Amino acid sequence: MEKIITITGRIVPLPINDIDTDQIIPARFLKTTDKAGLGASCFFDWRYLADGSPNPNFVLNQARYQGASVLIAGNNFGCGSSREHAPWALLGMGFRVVISTEFADIFRNNALKNGLIPVVVDKETHQQLMSLAEEDPQIEVTVSLEDRSLILPDGRCVTFPIDPFTRYCLMNGVDQLGFLMSLEDDIAAFEAAMPPAIPTTAFA
Amino acid sequence: MSHPLTLFEKVWRNHIVKPQTADTPAVLYIDLHLVHEVTSPQAFSMLRERGLRVRRPDRTLGTMDHSTPTTPRNELGIIPVVDLEAVKQLDQFTKNCRDFGIPMYALGTENQGIVHVIGPEQGLTQPGMTIVCGDSHTSTHGAFGALAFGIGTSEVGHVLATQTLMQYQPKTMAIRVDGKLATGVTAKDIILAVIAKIGIGGGTGHVFEYMGSAIRALSMEGRMTICNMSIEGGARAGMVAPDDTTFEYVAGRPYAPKGEAWEEALARWRQLPTDDGAHFDAEVVLDANALPPMITYGTNPGMGMPIDGVIPDPDKAATSLERLALDKALTYMGLQPNERLLGKKIDVVFIGSCTNSRISDLREAARMIEGRKVAEGVRMLVVPGSQQVKAQAEREGLHEIFRAAGAEWREAGCSMCIAMNGDQLAPGQYAVSTSNRNFEGRQGKGGRTFLASPLTAVAAAVTGVVTDPRELYVPQMA
Repeated sequence: MEKIITITGRIVPLPINDIDTDQIIPARFLKTTDKAGLGASCFFDWRYLADGSPNPNFVLNQARYQGASVLIAGNNFGCGSSREHAPWALLGMGFRVVISTEFADIFRNNALKNGLIPVVVDKETHQQLMSLAEEDPQIEVTVSLEDRSLILPDGRCVTFPIDPFTRYCLMNGVDQLGFLMSLEDDIAAFEAAMPPAIPTTAFA
Repeated sequence: MSHPLTLFEKVWRNHIVKPQTADTPAVLYIDLHLVHEVTSPQAFSMLRERGLRVRRPDRTLGTMDHSTPTTPRNELGIIPVVDLEAVKQLDQFTKNCRDFGIPMYALGTENQGIVHVIGPEQGLTQPGMTIVCGDSHTSTHGAFGALAFGIGTSEVGHVLATQTLMQYQPKTMAIRVDGKLATGVTAKDIILAVIAKIGIGGGTGHVFEYMGSAIRALSMEGRMTICNMSIEGGARAGMVAPDDTTFEYVAGRPYAPKGEAWEEALARWRQLPTDDGAHFDAEVVLDANALPPMITYGTNPGMGMPIDGVIPDPDKAATSLERLALDKALTYMGLQPNERLLGKKIDVVFIGSCTNSRISDLREAARMIEGRKVAEGVRMLVVPGSQQVKAQAEREGLHEIFRAAGAEWREAGCSMCIAMNGDQLAPGQYAVSTSNRNFEGRQGKGGRTFLASPLTAVAAAVTGVVTDPRELYVPQMA
């Protein structure tokens, strides 16, 4: 995994609350066995009109926001399905950070396991940043995992929550599975002490 | 006396392999891992890349459900899959389960079905267990007093490789529903009302425990309907304390403990209910006596209202983002503020999904539709949750009732709930659906979904418009 210390990028504003994972990646694109290639289908039903042409009114299609790597969206981003295809699709589209006032639990977990950083900010900062991004597509923000901070275009700095374990893994390019694999003895001891009646899926 | 604990806390504590520290999350043991074809392939690829095995194939069960067709069997008794992408995904799933030694219910075989229907049906879902699946509706299994939640594909890989997960302890929310449901009002209406009350993100970071006399009075299948939609209120999981209703449901199922093991399990399960005086981080109260049938009008499950209610006005929203959200939802739905949904013409009725596809759902729907006809111009699909549910319904003749009414009786699977198997709405169509999500495009691009109970769905099917099910004869269920 790539080490992530800071990310700087331009911002796309998507001022919509409760963006669910069915919008981020519609279910018909889940018939894949890969992670790659999902960027092309990210926000598909918002990005394309019925005739297949790009929807000019959708912000991600606007020339002035091309190349932005930070998405700022409304409250409760990523609600709905547990599909990890949602962060895979956002990363595939070039996003590395999503800013909101709240993230759905499963989406947040999935994003962090793939190096997509969910940044929670207070309502006031959110509103200001959303307006700034709508007015000026050139403004940039920087996410620093070192300081757990978001550096705003005016130089102001706000901190955001990220748990120490996830932060350590991201900053050191360490995959979380390695930690669990190192606990084999603890897991075996736990299993040895389990009540016998807990079912297994071996033939009943 | 020891510190009083909630049901959730007891199950959590019983599964800690390594406790949470200042630097690391808790490591939680997983008793049962359910896998399906859509959210597992990349996890199996990861195992292969790293040369890892599945640590406990005997704590893992696979089934095919999401991308499987529900169209009739051919003359050889086989359900043909015509979508080449689905063929590839299902073949890969078969190979993954075979290579890693995981038992799997293949399409059309006698135990195959929706992952959250088969666990309870086989008796694998039991009180006090930890159960995960790469599917957000895993919360369904919480109806048995299990801690059950959806995970992403990376975490599917973690559980396959280690049978454990890293988790921070969530908060708890008590959802108390007291009183007696009126005729024509069901478990589905309870959960739609809860979500309408707290909003789609209202439970984020929490595990719900549903309690109160109305929950106690529900069957296990009703409790599953409620726990199933916990995620639509943002919760990781929803739980109901096990009681005699639970034990009766589990007893005698293929994987239920037997003989002495049953007595041992029962003694353990009776310790699980929340202790008097245990602390919850939040509480929500709902009066079952006053509850009408519920229906959604918008594009998330929190946008729900009484069936005879009026659609909210965006101009009265508290914030500009909320106004935008409601505006966007009503534009997509083709609805006006302040109008009623009653009398709204509909095109499709879908009875199915992990929310409402169990035998009791089909019995209720069948008894309501018996002697009636699906209205002209309305398509009605009835999709049983599993092959076992389908077989049981056919033994009871329910399929004949549905067919006589003009409904389609189909094979088991997720079907039009997620619309990735060819069962889908056409753009602009309105559906009354017993499923769990009304997101834009969820049931097919451009399709528009009203979520409701099976009774409300049947009422719409036979009248062709959104109808209060209390206006039709509702049989008393045994």
